[in-house]
This record gives sequence, C-alpha cells and structure tokens, in this order.
Amino acid sequence: MNRIDSIFTDLRAAGGKALMPFVTAGDPSVGALPAVLSAVERGGASVVEVGIPFSDPIADGPVIQASMKHALDHGATVEGVFAQVKAARSDLTLGLVAMVSYSIVHRWGLTEFVDTAAEAGFDGFIFPDLPVEESDAAVAAARSAGLILSMLVAPSTPIERAKRIAEASTGFVYVVSRPGITGARTALPEELPGRLASLRGVTDTPMTVGFGVSTPEQVAQVVSVADAAIVGSALVDHLAQRRDGGAEAVALAAEEMVAALASGLGQAAGTQ
Amino acid sequence: MTATTTATGTPDPAQLPDPRGYFGAFGGTYIPETLHHAVAELSAEYDKAKADPAFAEQMATLNRDYIGRPTPLQFAPRLTEKCAGAQVWLKREDLAHTGAHKINNAIGQCLLALRMGKKRIIAETGAGQHGTATATAAAKFGLECEVYMGEEDMRRQRPNVLRMQLMGATVTSVKDGSRTLKDATNAALRDWMATSQDTHYIIGSAVGPHPFPMIVRDFQSVIGNETKRQCQAQVGKLPDTVVAVVGGGSNAAGMFYPFASDPDCANTQLIGVEPGGTGTSFGQHAAAIAYGRPGVLHGSLSYVLQDDDGQTAPVHSISAGLDYPGIGPEHAFWKDAGRVSYAVIDDKEALDAFQTISRLEGILPALEPSHALGHVLKIAPELPNDHVLVLNLCGRGDKDLDEVVRLLEL
Repeated sequence: MNRIDSIFTDLRAAGGKALMPFVTAGDPSVGALPAVLSAVERGGASVVEVGIPFSDPIADGPVIQASMKHALDHGATVEGVFAQVKAARSDLTLGLVAMVSYSIVHRWGLTEFVDTAAEAGFDGFIFPDLPVEESDAAVAAARSAGLILSMLVAPSTPIERAKRIAEASTGFVYVVSRPGITGARTALPEELPGRLASLRGVTDTPMTVGFGVSTPEQVAQVVSVADAAIVGSALVDHLAQRRDGGAEAVALAAEEMVAALASGLGQAAGTQ
Repeated sequence: MTATTTATGTPDPAQLPDPRGYFGAFGGTYIPETLHHAVAELSAEYDKAKADPAFAEQMATLNRDYIGRPTPLQFAPRLTEKCAGAQVWLKREDLAHTGAHKINNAIGQCLLALRMGKKRIIAETGAGQHGTATATAAAKFGLECEVYMGEEDMRRQRPNVLRMQLMGATVTSVKDGSRTLKDATNAALRDWMATSQDTHYIIGSAVGPHPFPMIVRDFQSVIGNETKRQCQAQVGKLPDTVVAVVGGGSNAAGMFYPFASDPDCANTQLIGVEPGGTGTSFGQHAAAIAYGRPGVLHGSLSYVLQDDDGQTAPVHSISAGLDYPGIGPEHAFWKDAGRVSYAVIDDKEALDAFQTISRLEGILPALEPSHALGHVLKIAPELPNDHVLVLNLCGRGDKDLDEVVRLLEL
C-alpha cells in the first residue's frame, strides 16, 4: 500500500488526525532539506508537502512567492530537490508529497517526472494548477508508479464536481478553506464544517484542509471536521525569518513550530 | 469530443478551439481549481451572448459609434515607393478609440461582465494599451477598475498610466519578478482567485486558460473581417500577404483568424512577427515561437520561453507590450499546422522602422507594430508590384515617445 494511504488508514483506525506542514524545498537551501524534513517529522507531522520552487506560483500569496524566489535565486533545481529527498528518505517515516506546478512537470515530461520522483522517495503529488479536466494522464502516471495524486476542491466547486475530483484523487482530497491565494488568516471560514460534511457525503477519501491555517487552535478546529490540517505560509514565514541562522537554526525552528501546531491535534497529537 | 478534422487529420481551423479549449495540441485550461468556477461561468455566458442577436447588435453599435469602426485600410504610397516592390497597405487600428486594437476586446469583455452581473473589472497591462482600453470601457459602463502593471512598465509607459488614472482606474504597481507583463498577469490572476464572485478579469491578449484565447480572438476578429471586405472593395482582391506583430498575439489572432478559417483565403500568406530584442539568448528577446518550446504558462499549453526545469525565462523587448514569455495557443497551432509563418525583428530594426514610417507616411506607430513594419521593409522589395501586402498597424506611438526619444538620444 502507498505510504500516504497507510498513514491515513492507520490514523483512522486509531481515531487520530494528521498534521501536514508545507515547506519550500530550497529555503534556506536545497542542502538543508533533509534536516528540515527530519525536524518536521520529530515535531509530529505525518505527511509533509515539499513545495518545489516555481518562478510563477499563481496560487500562492506573498510569503510562499518570496520563499520560492529565494530558493530559485540560490540555485534550487528539481534535480537537486530529488537528490536531497533521496538522501533523506531512508531516515524518515513520514509521507512525502511533492507540491509542484504542472509547468515544471510538463517541461520534464510527465512520465519522467513521476518516475524520477518515485525513485527519489516521494509518495505522491499535488499539481495545484492541473484541474480534473486535464488530469487523466497524470492520474494514470501516478497510479502506475504507485504514487498518490491529490486534487483540490475550492469553496466555489459545486458538489457534483467535488465528487468527480474526489473520485479522481488518490491518497487524500485537498480542501481549500477559502477563495484566494495561500496565506495566514486570523479566522477560518464559518461555513467550513458544513462544506466538509457535504463532501463526506460524496467521498470516503481522507480530507485535508489548507489555506489560512496557521495556529494550533486553527489546527484543532480543522481536524475536528477533517482528517488533516495543512499549514503552509505561517511555517514558511517563520522559517524564512531564521534563514540567516542556516540549516540548523531553521530545522530547530521547524521542529518547535510543528510541535506547537501538533498540539492542536489533541489526543491524536504525535500519532504516526 | 474532438473538432472536425480534414482528410489529412489536421483540425479545421474554423472549428477551433474544441470543447476542451484545444487548438490541435495547444490550449486547454491549466488553472487552480479556485478559478474553475469563474472560467466556466465566463464560457457559459459567452456561449449565450454569441447566440443572442441583441449582443451582436450592441457590439456593432459600439464598434461604429464609440470605437470608430471600421478603421481605414489605407494605401501607403511613399512606403511603397521606398520598398520598390509590393504595394504596402496599412490597417489603421491606431485610429481606433484609445489608439490601439485593445479596445475591441475591452468593450466586448465589459459587455460580458455586465451580462454576468459583475461590478468590478481587473486587467494586466504591459504597454498600458490594454490597461487604457479596459479603464476606458470600465468608465463608459460605470464599472470599478483596477489595472496591474509592472513597475518597470509604469516607468516606460507613463502617459498611459496617467490616462488610466484620469479615467478613474486604480493602477497597481507590481514589484515582483521582472516587474513587467508576466508579473502583472500573475498579480491579476491572484486577485481574481479571491474576487471572482463580483469581479471579471479582462485578459488583454489571446493567452490564458480557455475560453480567453477564443474570446479575445473573436472580439479582435473584426480587424481581419474588415480587412477582407475593404481589400476586396478597394483593391478588387484579397491581400496576398498579411503581416502582424505577435506578443501574446491578440491583434495578429484577430487579423489572421478570418483568413485562416476561410478556405477562400488559402492563398493569402500570413506572417506573424516576434520581438527579437537584442540577441538570441534567454533574457535578450521575447520570441516564444522562434526560440521557445511547448510548455504550460498562465493557464494554457503553448510555445513558451522556459528553462529545462520549466521555470519561466527572463525576456526583453524594446516594446513593453511585447516582452511576454509566451504566445497564444492558437498561434502555436497555426505555426505547427503551417498556416502562419513567424519571423523575428530585433529592437534596432523596429526602431528604424518606427522612424521610416514616421517620416514617409506621417504616422507615429507604436513600437509593437514597428516590428511588423520592420519585416515588411525586408520582404516588400523582393515582391512583385502587383503583390498586395497588408500591415496591421495595431497602435499609435504617442505612449512610446519618451522611450524613443531616450533611445535615439534626441
């Protein structure tokens, strides 16, 4: 079974929930990635989204844009990210999901990208700019490599379409909490529990919620209705402020912040 | 479903895009799910508008009374004399209201926004012509308007910034990346993701996710349709060659489509001219077809300038309206189908052509169509004197005066 599927199956059996942080590969440096991934795991994450830096991340807010720009300005390449993941994989138990623009995947060639990612030790993908209409080939390629492909459901997605997206998704469905781009917000939308309940009515696939989740309290709110909480910009911002301290300082900060966020998982905190 | 194909397996150009938004292998809808609803809503509204005779009538009236159409197709005697070859004719889109073809699309899309009940319009702009056209249309229809413009372009095209502001638009400076058109497009897309419920995004070129390349092409097709009619009436035959500049490709798509989709125009040669900048390396030009490869950018699959990792390459052109790292998907299709050929004219050739037409015809062109003119000056001398060559003069050069004066050290 794919690692992401096992993680969610085990969590559900134990009544637990998952924390799924996002980190930018290449911030502070590509070489720091193994240390950051271990730190995130020690902090209590079950799955980590590894953001592969892209020059034009249209779904991302200023924090992740700046982080990706830093990574690219400091020489991050896809090959470099794959090499670091490969080096880190054997020391990690958490699931590794590559969050990557389809612009990159297309340029590499879908099959080559998927196979190289699988060989590096990734467990799955999120292609945030590949909607379900365009996803047939990607779904097939991920499946044949034994990897998951999670797709996004937006607040404006009608339920029939959400069902189609959930059916095409493997691993988990990525539920976008609110309209707009990534970035921390003070409050989660009030209608979120209702949306999750409707989605539960059309799919059994685990559901993760991201966009605007930044505090342990919000993590607790999210996992009261979803299987996992995704924290991106808040963590990326926290780590970016510690860039000057190098990989060690960033890894330490990552572990502390992920542990604090994981406290929001309640009794399920730390469950792998 | 697939589009109608001919016996050779090439899709019929008149039937494109197919229902999935593809022009052959190019196009599609590569967007975050957050934008799906807005794009689907636009597709549905556009289909309704196309089927509504009242909409066609409204467009025709605005084209005539507000934009000032038809724009003239005009013989250029002194240019023709200088070239000593083909007869050079100018399609005077620079005489359309606001001074460029961009208004054709801005008015059309504003009408769609009104039909959808949207209260706010956003746009990206490079040279400021599309921003100006959008601010103009928004003012006319009483819509709130915000235009995203790269900081570098705001410097290069200051008169247009002032025009937009005078018409009540907010011009928002984009300081990311290269601070030019690509980054302004990113900013507009990000805005739209959060605001699409009450906001319509008027893309200015024949780029972006389906249905934008089709909608922009259709509203701009008034250029090619008029040219066909005018050429028949004034010259007694169709043009032998039509030349247009291609940045994202909206004026060229509007000029070419009525020819490319009409089997009776099979003998009209169509030439798109890309901006060659100062050289052939990444960062020196913006010629996506000449030096790019198929890739995904800003919602569609087309020729793009990317490195081996799919990162968008830096671009350069003397013209702020052309320094974009991609090209509309229909151009990619026409290129691969062999229906349109694409040439490259560099900064210097464009600047020379700018001066030539200014002195010979008393027309200050924008730097964008100066590229097309640069190509005309190259090919016209080699053609026979019964050859009718039409140049799409897609905009006037007032906006470029500061930049041209600076470059020529006047």
